[in-house]
Amino acid sequence: MNKYKLGLLTGLLVTGLSVAGFAAQILGAGATFPYPLYSKMFSDYNKLTGIEVNYQSIGSGGGIRQILSRTVDFGASDGFMSQSDLEKAPDTLLHIPICMGAVVIAYTLPGISKQLKFTPDVIAAIYLGDITKWNDARIEKLNPGVELPDMPIVVIRRSDGSGTSFIFTDYLSKVSKTWAKEVGRGTSVSWPVGLGGKGNEGVAGLVKLTPGAIGYIELVYARQNKMDYGSVQNRSGLFVKPALDSIEAAAVVDIPADTRISLTDTKARFGYPISGFTWLLVYQDQKYGNHTLKDAKELVGLLNWMIKDGQAYAKPLDYAPLPKTASSKAAALIKSITYNGQPLM
Amino acid sequence: MQEEDLTITSGKISPTGEFLFQKGIRLSGLLIAGLVVCILITLIFQSIPAFKHHGLSFFFSTKWDPVFSEFGVVVFLVGTLLTSFLALLISIPFSLSISILLGEYLKKGWISAILKSCIELLAAIPSVIYGFWGLYVLVPFIRPFEMGLGIIPYGVGIFTAALILAIMIIPYSASLGREVIQLVPAELKEAALSLGATRFEVMTQVILPYARSGIFAGILLALGRALGETMAVTMVIGNSNFLPESIFSPSNTMASVIANEFTEATGDLYLSSLIEIGLLLFIVSTIISVIGRYIIKKLSIQQQHS
Amino acid sequence: MKKSAIGARIIKDRLFTGIIFAFSAALIIPLIMILSHILQKGASSITPAFLTHLPAPVGEAGGGIYNAIIGTLYLVGLASLLSVPIGMATGIYMSENKNSKLSYFVRICVEVLQGTPSIVVGIITYLWVVKPMGHFSVLAGGIALGIMMLPVIIRSTEETLNLIPHSLKEASLALGVPYYRTILKVIVPSAFSGILTGILLGVARVAGETAPLLFTAFGNPFINYNILKPMASLPLMIFTYATSPYEEWHNYAWGASLVLIGFILALSLITKGVTRR
Repeated sequence: MNKYKLGLLTGLLVTGLSVAGFAAQILGAGATFPYPLYSKMFSDYNKLTGIEVNYQSIGSGGGIRQILSRTVDFGASDGFMSQSDLEKAPDTLLHIPICMGAVVIAYTLPGISKQLKFTPDVIAAIYLGDITKWNDARIEKLNPGVELPDMPIVVIRRSDGSGTSFIFTDYLSKVSKTWAKEVGRGTSVSWPVGLGGKGNEGVAGLVKLTPGAIGYIELVYARQNKMDYGSVQNRSGLFVKPALDSIEAAAVVDIPADTRISLTDTKARFGYPISGFTWLLVYQDQKYGNHTLKDAKELVGLLNWMIKDGQAYAKPLDYAPLPKTASSKAAALIKSITYNGQPLM
Repeated sequence: MQEEDLTITSGKISPTGEFLFQKGIRLSGLLIAGLVVCILITLIFQSIPAFKHHGLSFFFSTKWDPVFSEFGVVVFLVGTLLTSFLALLISIPFSLSISILLGEYLKKGWISAILKSCIELLAAIPSVIYGFWGLYVLVPFIRPFEMGLGIIPYGVGIFTAALILAIMIIPYSASLGREVIQLVPAELKEAALSLGATRFEVMTQVILPYARSGIFAGILLALGRALGETMAVTMVIGNSNFLPESIFSPSNTMASVIANEFTEATGDLYLSSLIEIGLLLFIVSTIISVIGRYIIKKLSIQQQHS
Repeated sequence: MKKSAIGARIIKDRLFTGIIFAFSAALIIPLIMILSHILQKGASSITPAFLTHLPAPVGEAGGGIYNAIIGTLYLVGLASLLSVPIGMATGIYMSENKNSKLSYFVRICVEVLQGTPSIVVGIITYLWVVKPMGHFSVLAGGIALGIMMLPVIIRSTEETLNLIPHSLKEASLALGVPYYRTILKVIVPSAFSGILTGILLGVARVAGETAPLLFTAFGNPFINYNILKPMASLPLMIFTYATSPYEEWHNYAWGASLVLIGFILALSLITKGVTRR
């Protein structure tokens, strides 16, 4: 009863404060990788519930920074936060997986229509600056019958802190010892070569604009922009095209309770090797700053919708929906969200 | 002061109104002064962690590595100076020509009116639009040119950024240059002309030497603007955190690295290093603009006395 | 021999004149290129729906820039509200106390502010407003733009007030009008057009600013009037859309550029009208 009164009171207060009838707004920021999906989800969620979700795709690094400094209601990242970063947080942070995606190797080579094949070694060598020409013997060997031009490879990478970079460098660290030693993995790393684009959008834009360019971007960006992208050899030796089924195949692994797991270079036989989850980051206890109980409830409602009904939006946009194992773990995580210690569901 | 004496002796005064007014305007003045002082203090205070960690090596290190938390400003300093000075170099013939044309050759008339409006228009275009235009119109233009030179056709890079910057700063130095050339006393010019000098000779031997420091001030102010310019540069410079190999290399300036990385700097040291870059940028552009304005002020005082 | 020397001098003179004209005329080329490109690209995307609709999700047709237009007006209005009173008061103080120590110091401060890179203003506002309040907001964006407007308003107020003849003030004081009323009711109104010009110039200066808004007003695909929440703006929208790979978003950005330039040009035309009067 008391709690009910409190809720009513805060509710009244909120309506009182929002003088001109401000619509409820939830602010999120972070990953550009799932941005097309989120913008579609949130636009329809607004039509369904009237709740406005303002999502700004500033990069996963930004999402982590902003949730750590509590300037947003949720962060979004496609790289899971390290233990040391989690310890920096003022309170327990949860990783809620929303969907899966693939990082594809996109390129612009005028006059070449056949899908190129890449091995992990070749990708690492290109990004380490060892391979600098398209007609390098190592690329030609993989792609017999393709007239590769005598053109410099313009390497494009992210200029901002990004989960896409995290997935990509995580993959390179697993497949190349030199990479692991010299560069490492992270949302932003010290790239040996290359030109920086801001966001998945920026990289896609640069790759598309520059003849001879190569870049790593989320599958949906390559598809929507009708860009060429290659197939990549996975651990079992197969050249796999990034597609929904091959992403889903990569996720056939054990998922821990906190869902912080990398899906790159998994043992899955038909899996595309540069796949990954993308997460929303929220505080387990929602009572902080000027968050009201109503805000907390709206956020939990949104999260629940995203991992359930919202999943229907994934496939049409080339994102793989959550596998059952992940989705039940996500639901459990959402259930554990509290407001001032009190469970919300 | 004289006015104050008058108010005391004048009839109906509302002492509170008078008091509030005096205090109010003084307070605003103090507020402005406080604002600037607080900006400086905040920047210094927030860059202390970075300074403590890196010390002076921050100013000598060419490394910018967020993964291993090694930060140095040299790459961005070089990028900033290269783009700004290259832009200045490109802009000077244009801005000087316009200054001379509008200040001496065509002081009035429709051509000068048109040219003046053009300069105003150039100054009014927001920098993000310059960047946008640069990215989609200028970059594809530069690319074949780079291919012709046999270098990697990035399209974006220091040269492209400098070109855009040059267009953006011409209005600044040109309008100031025009003013100082107009300030040259007519007697001097007439004396030279009456001795049979051509206009060219009057220009190079009388007007330009006389207006030299003013023109220099205009160039300084343009430089100050070029150093701090953010959006247009961020969009066309290529965002590469390495020392450039040539003027066609992609690079990053102090302003563009802040624009790119400020919202996502995880870790206090990273953020603090970015703020330290901001502090450096603030100090450099402040010094340049204060010197520029000092020269202008001195000139106009001279003018009033002569 | 003498004749040829004169000939050479005349040729040099002609050549110089030619070069000067050529370089000056060359400046018009980029201007025409930029304006025609924006006009051509922008005009095709501007429709009534474009101006009155919210943006559509990625990959969906339709949608507009209504949120950004409202946001820019909101931000610029707020910035003016914050900076005009302070700026004018400071300008009055400086013109009335020309030789005081504070005036001298403030003058330097105004110069510093004028030369401060916009991105630094962004950092400062983030540290002062966003971080302590825990939210990106219209307020933070308005403060950032307000700081950028201040020097323009202060200078124009001071300079116009300095131009008002001293006799005007003396006449008013001689009639027994108190000092503060003289300033407010006689001096400021007669300097009105000059001060208004300054305000309009300030608005035109900040309306196109992007860098201070990156980490303050942030962005918003919806309409928001709450001063404590983020909001979109035209320049920021142009930046985000311009750097995206989507063709239709580029067209949005061209349209938004045309709207923004139109807004700024309208302001400067009004300014010219005011000064002429």
